[in-house]
Amino acid sequence: MSTFTQRRRVALAVARKDLTIEWNSRILVNQVAPFAAIIMVLFAFALDNDGILQRVAPGLVWLATLFSMLVVIQRTFAVESADGALDALRVAGVDPSAIFIGKSVALMVQLFALELLLVGTAVVLYGVEMSLLGFAEAIVTLLTATVGLACVGTLYGGLAAGARGRETLLPLLLLPVVAPVLIGATRATEAAFGSGGAQVSEGWPWILLLAVFAVIFAVVGAVAFGPLVDE
Amino acid sequence: METVIELKGVVAVLGTFPALAGVSLSVQRGEILLLQGPNGAGKTSLLRVCAGLVPIERGTGSILGIDLATNRQDIRTRVGLLGHTNGLYLDLTVEQNIQFWASTVGASQEEVANAMSTMRVDGRLAKVKAGQLSAGQRRRTALASLIVRRAEIWLLDEPHAGLDAAGRDELDALLRNAVAAGATVVLASHESERAAGLATRTVTVDGGGAS
Repeated sequence: MSTFTQRRRVALAVARKDLTIEWNSRILVNQVAPFAAIIMVLFAFALDNDGILQRVAPGLVWLATLFSMLVVIQRTFAVESADGALDALRVAGVDPSAIFIGKSVALMVQLFALELLLVGTAVVLYGVEMSLLGFAEAIVTLLTATVGLACVGTLYGGLAAGARGRETLLPLLLLPVVAPVLIGATRATEAAFGSGGAQVSEGWPWILLLAVFAVIFAVVGAVAFGPLVDE
Repeated sequence: METVIELKGVVAVLGTFPALAGVSLSVQRGEILLLQGPNGAGKTSLLRVCAGLVPIERGTGSILGIDLATNRQDIRTRVGLLGHTNGLYLDLTVEQNIQFWASTVGASQEEVANAMSTMRVDGRLAKVKAGQLSAGQRRRTALASLIVRRAEIWLLDEPHAGLDAAGRDELDALLRNAVAAGATVVLASHESERAAGLATRTVTVDGGGAS
């Protein structure tokens, strides 16, 4: 069997396993999603002005995404270390790049669901309106940003998993690295929402930036995940 | 008899600490070898060297005919190391855990069913989450995972730890069955009296050497 086929099989197994764990435990649905929604509500309380909320809604959506993502990543690696499962995968010689791909895909699915919820919350709570073209751009933005966030999140989650004080280490390591995604995704979403008079066409260069970020971290992650976890 | 583990004058270092100081060891297929010795003697290090996890600094070694110095990744895929943890996902059921390991190597549903039956984690137990199992049931689930991974050599570090008397007897019987089915078992234990009844041969490890 070719290495590619083997890698794809393991990656699918890992992704299916992570999503089954979420299905069994319902942590995303019962804890992370309410947490994300509460952040959005608290922003609304803090700003308490419809005009300002509509203007800053894209930034708030992505800040809430980043904070919620930290919880999801902590969770996805906590299940690996609870009974030494990640160590067992490493010991069993399972291809680390396939583990990286599988965990990234599972994280993408969870993040995308979370982002849809947050955009929906912004529409309901902040009174955001979108044209059809804006809606399409928002979906492309979510997809592109999600790939980048999931790849970098899996890479840094794996790095922090074996470290002492990983709960506090992960945000310190991850948040500065994802700053380009926060900037790019916020600008693209502003264009999609038409915030501050932005045009839909202004969002595409930012989506290109998100795509470049996603490709870089997908490649770096697939190569570096093994040595990082081995350490 | 086929030699599945062959070490000659192996030296291994963990950080700056010499974990193994010139170990020579030969294990034949179908053996149950007991490594006995006090805590810190080097038993776990020897298992980890055999699993291809710790590189050797000096000496020569081969596992299943694969050179330990040059091809440790291939060795990892053919041996199974069970340490102090079981490597299970506590939010997955017994069956889902074993299915996951089976899917990493492309094992069939029949192999999954056989492994679960051999380790007696089938039936009602199959649908129970690993986090709700007793220590013995978790150990059996982990051993079933080794079977579906088609591990040819089982390296077990203190496999009786945390089990009650009935669980230990049951584990011994399961290991004998596994050997009868073609596996080779190397187990480390400082409870030598207990494990000696199970082993076909005993090697004493102390001060990083084996005799």
